[in-house]
Parts: sequence; C-alpha cells; structure tokens
Amino acid sequence: MKPVYMDNNATTRVADEVYEAMQPYFTEHYGNASSMYSFAAEAGKAIKKAREQVAALLNCSPDEILFTSCGTESDNTAVKSVMEAHPSKHHIITSRVEHPAIRTTCRHMKQRFGCSLTELPVDGQGMINLDELRSNLRDDTGLVTIMHANNETGVIFPIEQITNMVKERGAIMHTDAVQTVGKLPLDMKKLPVDMLSISGHKLHAPKGVGALFVRRGVKLPPMIHGGHQEGGKRGGTENVPYIVGLGVACEEAMKYMDDENTRVKKLRDKLQEGLMTNSQDAYLNGHPDLRLPNTANISFEYVEGEAILLLLDAHAICASSGSACTSGSLEPSHVLRAMGVPFTRAHGSIRFSLSRYTTEEEVDFVIEKIPPIIERLRSMSPFGRSQKAMSS
Amino acid sequence: MWDYTEKVKDHFLNPRNVGEIENADAVGEVGSLACGDALKLSLQLDKEERIADAKFLTFGCASAIASSSALTEIIKGMTLEEAEKVTNQDIADYLGELPEQKMHCSVMGREALEAAIKNYRTGEDGKVEMKGEVVCTCFGVTKDEIERVVRENGLTEIEQVTNYCKAGGGCGGCKPAIQDIIDDITGAHHHEEQSGAPRRLTISQKIKLIEETLDREIRPSLEQDGGDIELIDVVGNTVVVSPRGNCSNCPASPITMKDLVEAKLREFVDDNIVVEEEKA
Repeated sequence: MKPVYMDNNATTRVADEVYEAMQPYFTEHYGNASSMYSFAAEAGKAIKKAREQVAALLNCSPDEILFTSCGTESDNTAVKSVMEAHPSKHHIITSRVEHPAIRTTCRHMKQRFGCSLTELPVDGQGMINLDELRSNLRDDTGLVTIMHANNETGVIFPIEQITNMVKERGAIMHTDAVQTVGKLPLDMKKLPVDMLSISGHKLHAPKGVGALFVRRGVKLPPMIHGGHQEGGKRGGTENVPYIVGLGVACEEAMKYMDDENTRVKKLRDKLQEGLMTNSQDAYLNGHPDLRLPNTANISFEYVEGEAILLLLDAHAICASSGSACTSGSLEPSHVLRAMGVPFTRAHGSIRFSLSRYTTEEEVDFVIEKIPPIIERLRSMSPFGRSQKAMSS
Repeated sequence: MWDYTEKVKDHFLNPRNVGEIENADAVGEVGSLACGDALKLSLQLDKEERIADAKFLTFGCASAIASSSALTEIIKGMTLEEAEKVTNQDIADYLGELPEQKMHCSVMGREALEAAIKNYRTGEDGKVEMKGEVVCTCFGVTKDEIERVVRENGLTEIEQVTNYCKAGGGCGGCKPAIQDIIDDITGAHHHEEQSGAPRRLTISQKIKLIEETLDREIRPSLEQDGGDIELIDVVGNTVVVSPRGNCSNCPASPITMKDLVEAKLREFVDDNIVVEEEKA
C-alpha cells in the first residue's frame, strides 16, 4: 500500500531532482574538496554552487552559509558557540515551545555551564508575548533563540519584531527556522536575525545535512573542532553529495513556494475543516491564521493519540501525535502543555503536515477514514460518553 | 514505532469484551484522562462467585486497550479467589510480551481488577484510592504502589519503576525517593529511622519549612507545565495557597492540588496542617 504521507514536519520525501543531482558525487566525483588535484576540484565546485543555491533562497551572501550535518547541529552550534564567544553575556532567552534541539541545549548550558536561562511562556494559541520578551531582555543577555514556526502546531512567531527588539538590546538573535525554510519566503536582507538554522530533510533534501546562516560579523568559534573546512567554523570533511542535495532542494523550494502557500494551504484547510466538522469534540491547536500553510494540529478529545495513529496505520495514513504514549515519555507534548491545552485534549492530538506531493484524493481519504476511527475509540473509552449510546 | 507482538496488535484491533455490564456486581476504575490512560472494568458474578462476564472501557494507547482486553479474557470463568491472584505479569505474559515502557498498562489492569473485587466485597466505590505517602506528584503514585511493583516484578532500576507505574516519569523530582524504596526492598542499604521527636516551630521557621517543602516537593512538577503555587498565608495550622498552572484546575487529576499539598506539608512540617486553596 502506498503511504498517505501527512507527516512532512517530521521528515519529507527526497525530491527526484535532489536525488538525481546527488548521484554523481558518490561514485564519480568522490574527491575530497580539500585536495590539490583537479579531480577533486569537482567536489569543491559543487559545494560552492550549493552554497550559492542556499544563499539564493535566503537572499544572503554565500559566505554566510555554514553547512552542518543536521538542524540539531545547527541549533547546537548557534547556542554553544555564541555562549563561548561572549562569556560575560551568559543569559539566554528562549521559549517554552522550542524543539528539543534548542530546549535541551539551552537547559544543558544552564545546568553544565551556569548560564542563566529564561523560557518565555506562550498563550493558548501558542503565541509569545512581546512585552514579556522585552521585560526579560537584560544587559547580560547574550543570546535570544526563538523558533520561527513551531513544528507541532505550525504557529508562526513574529520573528521580525522579536529580532528588532533583541537587536536593540545588543543581544545575538538566532532562530530555528527548520520548519519555515522552503515554506515561507525568507529574506535575510530584511530579517535582521544573526543566525538561522536549516534542516535538509524538512525541505525534500536527505536526512544528514543542514545549514546555519551566520550573518557576517557574528563571532562564531567552531563547535566541532578539526580541519579548516567551512572557513574554519566547522571541522569535518564536507559531505559533498548531501550538500549538493541541500542546494538543489533550496532551488526547488523557490519554485514551489507559491504552491505551498496556495494549493497546499487549500488542501490543509480542506482537511482541517473536514475533520473538525465530521468529528465531535475536535479542536484546532494553535493560532488559526498565523500558521504554516501545511500544518494542522487537531485534538480529538477523550481518545488517545497512539491508538488513533495505529488505526490510521492500518490505512497506511502517516501522521503524528503529541500524546504521551507516542513520545516515549509519559507526559504529553511540552508544546501543547505550554499552551495550556488540557491534558484531555493533548493526549488525543494529531498533527497532519502536508507537502507539495500531497494530493486532494489523499486529503479526501483521510477525511473519510478519521471519524469512524475516533468513534470506534470513543465507544471503547470510559470518557466522553454522556451523549453517546452506551455500547455493550 | 512500538514493537508490539501480534497478540497485542490483535487485542488492540479486535478487542474482546468491550463495554459496560448493566447492573454489574463489581466495578473497578483506575486512571484518569489526565494521566493518559484509564480503565473501567465491570464484572458479573454467578452464584458461586465465579466471574461469568467481564467487560471493559479503556481510554489509552494500543497496549492499554490490549491489556484490558487480555485481562477480561484471563479472568472470565475464574472465582474471585483465583482472580485475586492475577498479577500484571500474567497480563503481559498472556499478550506474549509488552514493551518495557508499556508495562504500566498491565499494572493498570491488575489495579482495576483489585478495585472491582474490593467494590464487590466492601460495597465501597470501585475507584482505586490513594493510600499513604504520595511519592510521585506528577502522576500521583504512592509509596505503597511503588513498593508493590518493585516487589512483584523484581525491579532494580528507577527507569523500570517508571515503566511499571509511571512514578518518576514527569519532572523526575522523586527519583531519589524511588531509589530509596528500591534500596530498602533489595536491601542495598538501610536508612536510619528519622527520630519522631515532636518539634515546636517558630512561625518564621514554619513558613520557611513550608516554603522549602513547596519548593522541593510540589513546584518541580508544576514547573513542567509552567505552573506555580504561591503561599498566601499561614494562620496556626491553616495554610492558604494559590495554585497556578494546568494541574491546578484539571478536573480529571487523580489527586487535587489541595490534597497533595496537604499530604506533603503534613509529612514534612506538621501532622495537623490543613490546606485551603485561594483561587488566583
């Protein structure tokens, strides 16, 4: 059965164009970009081109792009290197709804290195309060790291306003934009962030490659020590085929940007509306408008997410849940909890995230399959039965 | 994705005995929406006190539903004496095996069964009641429950205790206490009993001790949800607090904030403390 893949915020299918472009760099042009013979020059050229492609998507200079192994490495580099570069400014501000790549890194800096850490709360729609940010900015605030859009709810933060506020106080501004690069237009000439994280596999490049935009002039000691690669900012032989893949993926993302914000958004809206009207006690999590065009996070009250996912799996439908049981922990999503979503809803939350490959047939299929699954689980549940016939 | 056995999948996809018996002879309820899983078990007994029928309603993940289904299949036809001897391991064995992290689903089955039997014998409501000292404030797990899963399943690690009864799976603040319980049972070391000499505290000592107790025992679990609790007033043994955060107003919570704070303050400050809540 071909999967109905609606988990694109988790990872995406590698685009054919990307896959094709990578191939020659495994067996043909396999030279080490640092080597001195012309055979290896192909690799160096390929990296240069990829850097330009990524820079084009962000409208920045190619030398402001640092290739990494993944979004998590980009985030780690941003936090750890900035803290290392500015030891006297040891206060970090972040939000309560960050991806673990930021959340646990910041908490590590607090626990291990005594950095002071402020985690800003969000409101019921997942929005940050700018006044709260302003009042927490201090003279010793070295870094503010706030995601551009949330991976679970798709809620988009007003990153430009946030950045302006942060820059006024002289702190470094980083944003984890792994969910927005390729989905929303980003222009580094207009958005004054100092650093921005990119993950390849969220935009149809393979897993295992990422990038960090580092604005010229931002001091960034390497987190991974080694050779002189990446301008001395990251040791390790360049992963040429994957870097090529990321470059092509960025180029493709520019072509599909309109599609993402029109066709995909329309499909998402249809899915969301279909599910909410056809199921009782269904609630949308996150801001209704300020949201990624591909993401819908819906809670089905009184049922548990893992059970929903496994029944969806029987139809080859792929989605994810913020329930405790799917996280491997015992508590539901920290994002939904920070938003004050009641536990009763958090456990039954399902995230659908679409992509350029999503079709209307797939959306219709999911709209058709979900309500009976929810009803079936509710008929087994001791809760939420007041208006329903007791089965026996 | 969890690695479930075929039998777990079968009992999840085709659960046996779903529903509720009308005019049941015994009903047992355990868990809550807040905790992420809950089970309501109803039993019908014949004249010889054999379980003639058993039905369940479960809110929870695949293994919670499969464990409930397995439980009803295991106990049907048993006398109450036989049913009493069913352990969580029996439920896990019936299903082939459960992932280690999901063992608490089998424990939930055993607890519901016990609650139902008690309901039949004593006429008390079949809700699993919390007895004794609450160790894990995030999930409302008592010392008694932890001791029991440790003994019955031969557990030696904190992580196992979390897998079996959830204790320690939230803020993690109770992990040292869980380790102590494990050590006591496995004989790793023995504590010296605290001297029970009564203390007469000055008011400032008392307030300090209350604040310390809130800091250590209550706040870590609230912080997980961005909540907090404020000490408003202390008048004699009446302590007025104002809770904030998700748990404070969660109607599905197995223990109320007031009960929890009261239990902890009685344990660490004074046996006679009464807690009053003031809504912010």
